Amino acid sequence: MAKKFLSGNEAFAEGVRLAKAQVISAYPITPQTIVVECLSEMVENGSLNAEFIHVESEHSALSCAMGASSVGARAFTATSSQGLLYMAECLTYASGGRFPILMMNANRSTALPWNIYGDQRDSVSLLDSGWIQAYAENAQEALDLALMGYYIAEKKDVSTPFMANLDGFILTHTYEVVDVPTAEQADGFLPSLETENKLDFEHPRNLGFTAGPDYNTQFKYKEHIGLLNAKKAITEAEARFAEIFGRRYTGLTESYRTEDAENILITLGSISGLAREVVDRLRDGGKKAGLLRLRYLRPFPNEEIASAVRNAKAIAVLEKDISFGNEGTVYTNVASALHKANINIPAANYIGGLGGRNISAEDIENMFADISEGHNGLHFIGIGGDGN
Amino acid sequence: MKPYLREHFPKKLSDIPDTPSYDAGYLVTKNAGWRNARPVIDADKCVGCLQCYLHCPDGVIYRTAGKVAIDYDFCKGCGICKKMCRLGAIGMEAET
Repeated sequence: MAKKFLSGNEAFAEGVRLAKAQVISAYPITPQTIVVECLSEMVENGSLNAEFIHVESEHSALSCAMGASSVGARAFTATSSQGLLYMAECLTYASGGRFPILMMNANRSTALPWNIYGDQRDSVSLLDSGWIQAYAENAQEALDLALMGYYIAEKKDVSTPFMANLDGFILTHTYEVVDVPTAEQADGFLPSLETENKLDFEHPRNLGFTAGPDYNTQFKYKEHIGLLNAKKAITEAEARFAEIFGRRYTGLTESYRTEDAENILITLGSISGLAREVVDRLRDGGKKAGLLRLRYLRPFPNEEIASAVRNAKAIAVLEKDISFGNEGTVYTNVASALHKANINIPAANYIGGLGGRNISAEDIENMFADISEGHNGLHFIGIGGDGN
Repeated sequence: MKPYLREHFPKKLSDIPDTPSYDAGYLVTKNAGWRNARPVIDADKCVGCLQCYLHCPDGVIYRTAGKVAIDYDFCKGCGICKKMCRLGAIGMEAET
């Protein structure tokens, strides 16, 4: 283990290097570019023995990764925003094909208006694409997700691609001290890749076939089960990770002071760090606040959310996403989790951080104040209008 | 290997592979329903040059006794084989 001063992009590249990805195919897009730049340097200087394939688009980047995975190679790609959307057709190919590809997505706003800064509308709009979706809070977790992502995706009963999301700029471009494991540790953690859906001269197989109305549902059901099986794989990966690297993760969610909390904020990604500080500040002032960070959106932590908020008086969901004409998609999912668990408490939805707008500690304090007074409904933070 | 139906029809969920991949050579359904004209080989004219075999986009032409034959379970009736046959050994007959 060595301590290094790394950005989120650089930390993730270290994780991919340690995972010994064999094929990297990617197309540059801000704010993802640096992770791929780092990997190209690693391939050039020999610290990573991989094929680095320059492709002409994101659509090709993931297609290439699928090709690599279908001959049994560990494949990596990375993208962001419009690139992820351009890749969208291939996302369902990769998940339906059950190729355990790892992708890093730098969360960024989607056009129009054009904007290169961070929000989560790109990945959240693709929750239904059949990928596992994790959201890192910091650069350390980003590196660790690269290693655990492969472990989880490649479990035989999961066989599902893994999307690790890092908030654009806030995570991808800011620097932190990161523990970088040794190659020996990483080798001990990650077994070699064994896939069933592989082109193999010794055992010829049909891949990418048609399944008509008679059989299609069964394949889709198995895809669904694969994603649900990821829950167990995540638990297993984290236990193994803690044993080898000494860092513990807490599964699909991370609870902070929720046990006796009356008001709980649910959020995801890098804003969680500030939310934790606000919780501490409110606790110091005698207010029973708590934070639930969603580490994964797929598989979705229905039970974990229900269990964390069961005794709360009110919750707020803060997200950098809006499903136009409805509400934040994370909120929709959380509300479904509460409904299924017969939890009927005020639940407000705060849309913030769109196009990289700052969410301040005061904004978060206001959310807690609002929900403690029973406020409900959808709110856009900082639009300066009557709807605020 | 030309495509042909092997007797493997999934009946229950466990018969369906976990990933959409399966041992090569299996097909679970015939696929020729939209053919409106069928190629018919005149064995007297066929010299077994295999041009039709090489150009068939669906791989449904196979060799037999020095000549060729067509698997009508999978032939879509595109007529490329007729076009390729310089000897005029393949004719298209309307499906009725």
